[in-house]
Amino acid sequence: MSEAGPFSPVVRLAERVGRSTVGGIEGIGHGASLLAESIYWTCLGWRKHQPVRLPAVFSEMMEVGIRAIPIVMVLSAAIGIMLAIQGIYTLKMFGAESRVVIGIAFSVVREFAPLITGILVAGRSGSALAARLSTMKINEEIDALTSMGVNPVRFLVVPALLAMLVMLPALTFFSDFISLFAAGIYVNLDLGLSLAAYADQTLDILSVDDLMHGLGKSVLFAFLITLVAVVNGAAVTGGAEGVGRVTTRSVVHAITAIVITDMLFAFLVTH
Amino acid sequence: MASRAVIEVRDLVTHYGERMILKGVSMEVHEGEVMVIMGGSGSGKSTLLRHMLSLEQATSGSIRLSGVDICTASTEEMYELRLKMGVAFQGGALFSSMTVGENIMLPLYEHTKLDHMTMEIMARLKLEVVDLAGFENLMPSELSGGMVKRAALARAIVMDPKMLFCDEPSAGLDPVVSNAIDDLILKLRDTMGMSIVVVTHELDSAFKIADRITVLDQGDILFIGTVDELKNSDNQRIQNLLNRQSGEEELDPEAYLRRLTGEDTLVKAA
Repeated sequence: MSEAGPFSPVVRLAERVGRSTVGGIEGIGHGASLLAESIYWTCLGWRKHQPVRLPAVFSEMMEVGIRAIPIVMVLSAAIGIMLAIQGIYTLKMFGAESRVVIGIAFSVVREFAPLITGILVAGRSGSALAARLSTMKINEEIDALTSMGVNPVRFLVVPALLAMLVMLPALTFFSDFISLFAAGIYVNLDLGLSLAAYADQTLDILSVDDLMHGLGKSVLFAFLITLVAVVNGAAVTGGAEGVGRVTTRSVVHAITAIVITDMLFAFLVTH
Repeated sequence: MASRAVIEVRDLVTHYGERMILKGVSMEVHEGEVMVIMGGSGSGKSTLLRHMLSLEQATSGSIRLSGVDICTASTEEMYELRLKMGVAFQGGALFSSMTVGENIMLPLYEHTKLDHMTMEIMARLKLEVVDLAGFENLMPSELSGGMVKRAALARAIVMDPKMLFCDEPSAGLDPVVSNAIDDLILKLRDTMGMSIVVVTHELDSAFKIADRITVLDQGDILFIGTVDELKNSDNQRIQNLLNRQSGEEELDPEAYLRRLTGEDTLVKAA
């Protein structure tokens, strides 16, 4: 016990917790400064010889949004049908299965569509962005950009961020439709409710507020996914192994951030 | 050659974490000369280069490029300055998502308002200079190591910079290609009047291209002068550096055996 000091497990644990806390705060700070810098270049880049190139934004949008459409369709349809199945099963207990449309409409538009799209895009595009930036950093490509007078944030981060900000809400909106439609087909087959009646009920139930609740969250997710990917990608050390590590970390961090933000958002908006 | 200094480094001190890398380095590069920075691994030569490119923050000291102190320069000044600098990184650092031609055109695309056709012609011109004509539509991954380095050089000179920085331009290349790159560097100096900083540890290459040589040793300047002055230096550390290359010819079998059996170190320890 005389040697307790720096070697005691408690102290070591405290040190570890302290270090990771400081690391986390540093990451958040980096993310915030990246966001500020991105906004700066988006607004003022034109005057400082650093314009954000629209073709770059469009090609990112293609990658983040358009190419994700098939998989978003599959997942959204599956989620819609799953909600219909569970909803009907639960409500049958009270003999109220005809009320299932309320449950489906609210949970899809307010919760599941933004969440599932966010998680999908985090796994698909967030990881790709982290991998690309970290590889570029290791290959000195970021240094090459800087040394040729091209701001890396303006050139690499802003197009990805803008593309994400446009495409994630768009994909979420699309996912709303697909989920509701797939759920409608299941309800039609199971309960015999006509698709027209289902659509009528859904439109009656949903308000613009519900839609904006979901889309608003997806805008937040877009910020989170991009910034988490960039912060992790920029923090890469080591070679190919490092790239793998930051890619995985970026996905885990992004999904965690999405789910927690989702909860906080839902709490703050409904209270 | 009493031309004015284009690059001036004064008392540069840098740290990597806690460790001091450069311990007060001062040197200058004159207009139109090839300055070779030499030194073993860990001598700080790459660090010095990265500071000249303003990719790192120095602890103290100053670096002036074309009279502008890059440690205190504004973003605007740095931007103007970077247009006059070309950099060929050790691994080439070509953007892997773009073709060779697009890579070389990128600085033009970002900094000029030329039309696309003109940019393509300029990119092809620079590819001709580095003997890579006809490769503009290939991806960097389809090039060999030597070709990547030459393409990187083409990208570095596409804006016709006043200052060119090359990090290990001939490391890991076969002698023929390495020689060709050396010739290219000399050609750039003679035809375009560039001031060129080359970081290398290849002695042959350094002797061939250097107007002056800076030798770094463990973060200090060991020597600055011409090739002849370097060869005639009686400093033991410099002779060690020079002989490391040619030492193999006069290999003493007994000393070699002693080293292998570890007797050497025992004697030294005693």
